[in-house]
Amino acid sequence: MTLALITEAHGTNTTALVVFVVLFGLVTILGFVAAGWRRAKLDHIDEWGLGGRRFGTVVTWFLLGGDLYTAYTFIAVPALVFGVGAIGFFALPYTIVMYPLVFIVMPRMWSVCRANGYATPADFVRGRYASRELGLLVAFTGLLATMPYIALQLVGMQVVLGALGVSGDWPLVIAFVILAAYTFKSGLRAPALIAIVKDTLIYVTILVAVIYIPSKIGGFGAMFDAAEKALPTHTPKPGTLIPVGADAQIAYATLAFGSALALFLYPHAVTAVLSAKSAQTVRRNTALLPAYTFVLGLIALLGYMAIARGIKPSNPNFAVPDLFLNVFPSWFVGFAFAAIAIGALVPAAVMSIAAANLFTRSIYKAYLRPAASHADEARIAKIVSLLVKVGALVIIVTLPTKYAIELQLLGGVWILQTLPAIVVGLYTRWLHRWALVAGWAVGMVLGTLMAQSQDFAPTYPLDLFGTKINAYTGVFALAANLVVTLVLTVALRAAAVRDGGDETESADFDELAEDAAYPLRGAPAPASQTISATATATP
Amino acid sequence: MKGEPSRWWYALLALPLLGLLYPPLYATRSPELAGVPFFYWYQFAWVLVSAVLTAVVYRVMRRP
Repeated sequence: MTLALITEAHGTNTTALVVFVVLFGLVTILGFVAAGWRRAKLDHIDEWGLGGRRFGTVVTWFLLGGDLYTAYTFIAVPALVFGVGAIGFFALPYTIVMYPLVFIVMPRMWSVCRANGYATPADFVRGRYASRELGLLVAFTGLLATMPYIALQLVGMQVVLGALGVSGDWPLVIAFVILAAYTFKSGLRAPALIAIVKDTLIYVTILVAVIYIPSKIGGFGAMFDAAEKALPTHTPKPGTLIPVGADAQIAYATLAFGSALALFLYPHAVTAVLSAKSAQTVRRNTALLPAYTFVLGLIALLGYMAIARGIKPSNPNFAVPDLFLNVFPSWFVGFAFAAIAIGALVPAAVMSIAAANLFTRSIYKAYLRPAASHADEARIAKIVSLLVKVGALVIIVTLPTKYAIELQLLGGVWILQTLPAIVVGLYTRWLHRWALVAGWAVGMVLGTLMAQSQDFAPTYPLDLFGTKINAYTGVFALAANLVVTLVLTVALRAAAVRDGGDETESADFDELAEDAAYPLRGAPAPASQTISATATATP
Repeated sequence: MKGEPSRWWYALLALPLLGLLYPPLYATRSPELAGVPFFYWYQFAWVLVSAVLTAVVYRVMRRP
């Protein structure tokens, strides 16, 4: 069903396929070798699930870049630009305004997690509000939002396999079995190492594409002219080269802002942040990661290049693969497609590790076996990472792709509902834990209903006292969530309803000097101390 | 120069938000730059500007 939906007739391209398979094989070897990289005993969740919390600036840059700018993005963003034009470009302001926010917020997150041995955002929330229930809600939301996201990575892989003329579900199954095997063995070290290869392939591909393709379509000026002419004729929804009118512009701005707020609440983003060796490593990366944003902008323009080149794909997702097949020699097509497929492996691995950490800490350890040792935790996390990937594979093979895309859109709306507990919680403990639970519930229900009523379009036309505002659904749901949380906090405090404690201390949030030994408290203290000892010993 | 750098430096980080989250500011075709509409090159320019601003704030606020 799924493949029938998105596969179009492509002949088998032998040269491209050989290059593709060779590169994929190389990466597979790297994934297994990664287990021995900066060797440590992988039977601790900090080692398996966070790479020992000691990645430096460069590795963190590759890992975060490979993790956030996913294969699906590389297919979907130009597909959107190809279809509707300007609105698809919101990915650019989104991934620009995100970094100033991360610069302010994430070093606090890193510091408090380091000081208390937290491995996930849900760990932090549980500790901060001394509430297993609130931790569980955040973990549940993270799992819910992450599963369809992993599934969508497979769509990226499916598209390039389809374009290479490979049909059937089995290549996808093989790729995922390989991925599952080395993630199980090497943990976060595997995607960190593979990200370096993947990003090199991506950068080369895009550099070649933006220099070579314009020469075949008469330059950038001719490209924009062609897009301006073609976009208004597109069905079912005509596009524009520039967003005109209040509706389009409010949608553009709120999609950018809401998505920017959401991305670093995702468990896989936090996992990559926590694997950095210092809060300053995270800060430095916010100045360096825009390099990926620049590339993403160029990738978005590939949508217009496909229009100018007269590409007529059966499905917009094939706009870029078909463009490459049209203009590049076979061997380079293999190279470029390998870049996209490997690009799916990195986020899929990090997401499954993040989901595994969430389950292990917030469900297994918190509810099922509080006495679990570090080795137990690592063992459970490894097994869960396998289950999560099987789940994603089942979703994509059995359900139409449409559902995975809709679920991923909802995932963004859902994950935003954890903002009050996580981000506000990093600054103040004033919010009442039951108010947070109520606000979360209101935001989740309202956001889901709004999205459903619009047939899963990302925006909702809200009638606010006679003024119609067409904005990103997630922003409305978050606003409702915040209002409920604030009002109820005031009410519950006035009524003197008992709130939980707080296992963090204010000094935990302070950013220490780069190589300072962090004071460690909380459950995993002894093991973490050995880790920090080895971390300071390594140059 | 002893003492903490002023926290006002963080205000630089608000500039990308101001520059990008109000699209009427830049949703136009002209002025074009080498055939690229203003809407597009303006946003590409912000990628570089925001990276530089972040780097400046990082440098100034970094603990020794």
